[in-house]
Amino acid sequence: MMTTYSLGKPNQDIVAETLLALARQDRDLIVVTGDSRGSGKMTAFGEALPDQLVEIGIAEQNLVGVSAGLASTGKKVFAISPACFLTARSLEQIKNDVAYSDNPVKLVGISAGVSYGALGSTHHSLHDLAALLAIHNIDIVIPADNFETYHAILAAATHPRPIYLRFGKRPMHHLHHSETRFQLGKAIILRSGGDITFIAAGETVAPALFAADSLEQRGISCGVISMHTIRPFDVEAVINAATTSRALVTVEEHSVNGGLGSLVAATLMEAGVWLPFKRVGIPDEHTIAGSQVEIFKHYGITPEGLAETALNLLNGSRGNRFPASASATASRPAANPPASV
Amino acid sequence: MEPLTPQRLKELEEVAARVRARILLAVHHAGAGHVGGPLSCTDMLVALYFHILNVDPNRPDWEDRDRFILSKGHSTIALYTVLAERGYFPLEELFTFDAIDSRMQGHPDMTKTPGIDMSSGSLGQGLSPGLGMALGARLLGKSFRTYVILGDGESQEGQIWEAAFVAARYQLDNLTAILDYNGLQQYGWRNAPGEHMFPPIENPAQKWQAFGWRVIETDGHDMAQFTAAVEEAQTTRGKPTLIIAHTVKGKGVSFMEDQYDWHARVPTQQELVAALAELGQSDLLVISQGGD
Ligand SMILES: Cc1ncc(C[n+]2csc(CCOP(=O)(O)OP(=O)(O)O)c2C)c(N)n1
Repeated sequence: MMTTYSLGKPNQDIVAETLLALARQDRDLIVVTGDSRGSGKMTAFGEALPDQLVEIGIAEQNLVGVSAGLASTGKKVFAISPACFLTARSLEQIKNDVAYSDNPVKLVGISAGVSYGALGSTHHSLHDLAALLAIHNIDIVIPADNFETYHAILAAATHPRPIYLRFGKRPMHHLHHSETRFQLGKAIILRSGGDITFIAAGETVAPALFAADSLEQRGISCGVISMHTIRPFDVEAVINAATTSRALVTVEEHSVNGGLGSLVAATLMEAGVWLPFKRVGIPDEHTIAGSQVEIFKHYGITPEGLAETALNLLNGSRGNRFPASASATASRPAANPPASV
Repeated sequence: MEPLTPQRLKELEEVAARVRARILLAVHHAGAGHVGGPLSCTDMLVALYFHILNVDPNRPDWEDRDRFILSKGHSTIALYTVLAERGYFPLEELFTFDAIDSRMQGHPDMTKTPGIDMSSGSLGQGLSPGLGMALGARLLGKSFRTYVILGDGESQEGQIWEAAFVAARYQLDNLTAILDYNGLQQYGWRNAPGEHMFPPIENPAQKWQAFGWRVIETDGHDMAQFTAAVEEAQTTRGKPTLIIAHTVKGKGVSFMEDQYDWHARVPTQQELVAALAELGQSDLLVISQGGD
């Protein structure tokens, strides 16, 4: 029988509720918005705690610079703006005023990835991981569901370093058991499997999990990892997955260049681990515009699309090189890369 | 520019009413989109594309055409509708607004849609490429002019002022910026719950004059007045012109006017019917339902 997952709220709603609860107890918690109060679900916050919300207007560079200054005075600053603008228009303020200057601002990118899909490329953030990964001293977190979101916000509130958190606006399924623990920098293993493992982040974890459920029904043993923290990166979880399954698929709501997939690939190569591998994400092309659901479908980020990718990868690598290995030691490089990679 | 006769003015006003109706139909059909901003700049877009701009719908890439940039790109459904009414592409295509595989995406993409001179959507960026086009015209010895519509909320972006500074330094009198001064942005500043909100920008005339621009104030819904203002800009020498167009966000539909709520709200079927009736365009409703 297929596992069912109940539907929760949009992660952004959890961000707003959690910040309001924290801010009621902590007058040093400040939210900074850039004409994004409503989109960021911060209207109730502003009404309840008007002295703890700073409105900057439509000026994202100013928003990040002001947040850095506020943080330098000891305030716990959550700077909230659409991820597309926050990490592009104000990238230099992030680089210099936040990361380089080590002002521990909590940057909250809302409507990330292709949440604003139909609004076109100006409104997509498919570059943010790549851009921020190349900047030293900013941690990066992409919660998958309401549980991860709640704990990520709690952790961010007391985080000593600059941090970027990325959220979407669609209601998310509850993916975790009650005993799951959340820790920054530690991937959550949703399930383990010897044939193939999906390493996903954010709103792509759910389709990966549903794909894994359907593959299990077909006798394929599937693992799923929610890689909610992109930095610091959980290298051990990746190596473990690579040495306990026969193939890996990374899934991300980001360009396939420079994000989760690239990071996993580099991690494996440097560790001397080699196995059939596929990055699923947004390819390097003029991205289509459409709803997030339509864009996910177009690029195969659906339970069906991911199951098919997994099967193709497994079939392409059938019988060759790597039997399932339970050992945690690095595999030997293959003579020829498989055709499907 | 031809004189705007009373007869022609009446025709343009009819076009504008139709455009407003089609905007609402498209947003209703798509189930998403901006409403207040598009209705705010509709009359100016109609005046520009039907009377002022030297353009040819059959040759959208004609190199001597006047250039137009909708810097407040979220109002693009108004621009698409005006372009369709002007003959750049079929009116039916407006019903693909926001759909996948459509040329009518939520913000203008110049690589996709005929008639779009510059992609936009990230606020605050449009004046700089406008400046570049105006500079290009001068360097090429061409007489085309460049027009850029800015939002008043958008004017909070620093890049607008960087461009304002340099345009004056180059004395670009072939560049005209038009401020859609409707007094609302998306959320703005609230003094306290329920109280008055600050306007997006105060005293724009003073600010732009201080940056070295000629400033002309006009009613952005009176096409005759607006056209006269553009004519004045065209004859201004030695400096760029900013036209402050006093407008009403959501203009044309009583219950949408001057409401933050209607920045990006989808009309219900009932609201659509009421709005089209107010605009005197109920006949379009029948057509849309047939074509749905
Ligand atoms: C750089 C950037 N920041 C934020 C937004 C989101 N946004 C879209 S429209 C809008 C309000 C625009 O207000 P205004 O310029 O006054 O336009 P109008 O009121 O005429 O619609 C905002 C904040 C954006 N598109 N680009």
